Amino acid sequence: MPILTKHRLQYVLLSLLSLLAVIPFVWLLSTALKASDENIFAYPPHWIPAKPTFDNFQSVWKQVPLGAFVLNSLVVGALTVVFNLTFSTLAAYPLARMSFRGEKGIWMVILSTMMLPFQVIMIPLYLMMLHLGLADIAGSYNTGLEASVRTWLGQVIPFVISGFGIFFVRDALVSLPRDLEESAVLDGCNSWDILWRILIPLIRPTLATLAVFSFMASWGEFLWPSILLSEPQHFTLPLGLVQLQSAFSANWRLIAAGTTLSMLPIIVFFLLMQRYFVSTDVGSGVKG
Amino acid sequence: MSLSLFRPQTPYLYLTVPLMVLTAFFALPLLWAVGISLQDYSQDLYHPTWAGLSNYQRLFSTPGFWKSLGCTAWFVLGVLPPMVCLPLGLAVLMNGTLRGMTLFRLVLYLPVITSMVVVGIAWKWLLADNGLINYGLSQLHLGPVPWLTSPDLAMWSIIMVVVWKGSAYYAMMYLAHLQSLPNELYQAAEIDGASFWQKHWHITLPHLQPTIAMVATICTIAGVKVFTELVVMTKGGPIGSTHSLVYFIYDAAFEQLDLSLACAAGLVLMGMLLALSLIQLRLKHSANTASESTAN
Repeated sequence: MPILTKHRLQYVLLSLLSLLAVIPFVWLLSTALKASDENIFAYPPHWIPAKPTFDNFQSVWKQVPLGAFVLNSLVVGALTVVFNLTFSTLAAYPLARMSFRGEKGIWMVILSTMMLPFQVIMIPLYLMMLHLGLADIAGSYNTGLEASVRTWLGQVIPFVISGFGIFFVRDALVSLPRDLEESAVLDGCNSWDILWRILIPLIRPTLATLAVFSFMASWGEFLWPSILLSEPQHFTLPLGLVQLQSAFSANWRLIAAGTTLSMLPIIVFFLLMQRYFVSTDVGSGVKG
Repeated sequence: MSLSLFRPQTPYLYLTVPLMVLTAFFALPLLWAVGISLQDYSQDLYHPTWAGLSNYQRLFSTPGFWKSLGCTAWFVLGVLPPMVCLPLGLAVLMNGTLRGMTLFRLVLYLPVITSMVVVGIAWKWLLADNGLINYGLSQLHLGPVPWLTSPDLAMWSIIMVVVWKGSAYYAMMYLAHLQSLPNELYQAAEIDGASFWQKHWHITLPHLQPTIAMVATICTIAGVKVFTELVVMTKGGPIGSTHSLVYFIYDAAFEQLDLSLACAAGLVLMGMLLALSLIQLRLKHSANTASESTAN
């Protein structure tokens, strides 16, 4: 009997906490679905709209380039992931599987970059992006594909490599058995073959995890694009939503509709990739 | 010996591009930031003059800087206890193979995957003066509480939202380590008649101590850099009560265009983070030696 009651308590607590986790989003959705003649401040609150409508979604989609925000977010996220995986693997491979002069020094330098807060280098980076023409300059009204590509690059550049990514991939590579290379070399493989055909397939879960984490970080990034961008056409979602919030200051229906729409891509991504988020193997890779 | 397997130049070939990128986008900007902080741009933006440490003197005599340090400390100290403890409880709840556990974990993880901006907007709506939470309070004949509009309360409200968003993330860290604990420990304790609380007090807590320290460190470092949540929910107000250090840097650089002051403040931030990590390393070291001496 005590086991049953203990589990019952666990269920009750988990259900309450789950409710707590979704209520803010449910209320947002409920607000977004309310027609313009329904009082969104009504006491007691209407959880289920009297006449659910998609009007607010249509109206926010028409007034704000939400599609562009989503596209920018996706492109920046994808580029961040591709660069991060490539550079992390390239740097981690020799550090994990070869011994060479200066190995320790290079490793220390890479680890020390993890201590460098982005807020220190963001100002010089911004000046750098201005020089390279990868930032929006207020008033110059650059639109079109070329301008988009430039701002995509500008947004990605500071995050193309991270000490953490290198650390994470090296950790996975170090744990692979040492005799893998020896038999491969006997079979006539060079170092590139070993990396590409043997090691990378073996650390695929680690790379997937790193991909998911860098995508999420990029998806939520606010500080850097807020410095770099001034053209709404170039905004990513976080920036676009903040702008939406000030543009429709009191219109919570439209704010709620835009915010709800912006959540769709990441929820789909989350459901597809769920095992990399909530599997506990993932967390164990980040052991301190 | 893997050295003999490859030509001696091979490792450097792989490292060339990553190191070039690190130099260009980490080392160079850092040196540049130091340079900017030592120069005076106020007379001529294109021909700065050497200023020595005067920008730092100016920084330390700016009341807004000290106020922002105070706000940052308030946030970190407020967020740390709940952010270390609540996820631990959540991890204990999420541990085990109950039916439907995967679903619970997915739902509880929703606040983590949602971006801070979305979370901030959702909570701003809930915490509005005429919002849902104040409605609930009015039913209890309380409030309305000015959650985000009172200088005394705004920071606490933001701390609450940050804890709401981050708890499941840290819980997953605890959970990973919780699951690596041998089950026999708990079984033995059960045979000895240990209660639920005794088991967790005497087994879980001591074994998770390194993870607790890690979570505390990550929380502190992230907390010192708090910014986005403040922009979205309070814009640094009311009356500067949520104007953090990073907010101060952002304002100095991009609102007042005082790059030297902003870079000086940024380097002070870096110094603080370095000091925090040194303290943490020191604590870890002394904890290790302490546990070794008790083991002997």
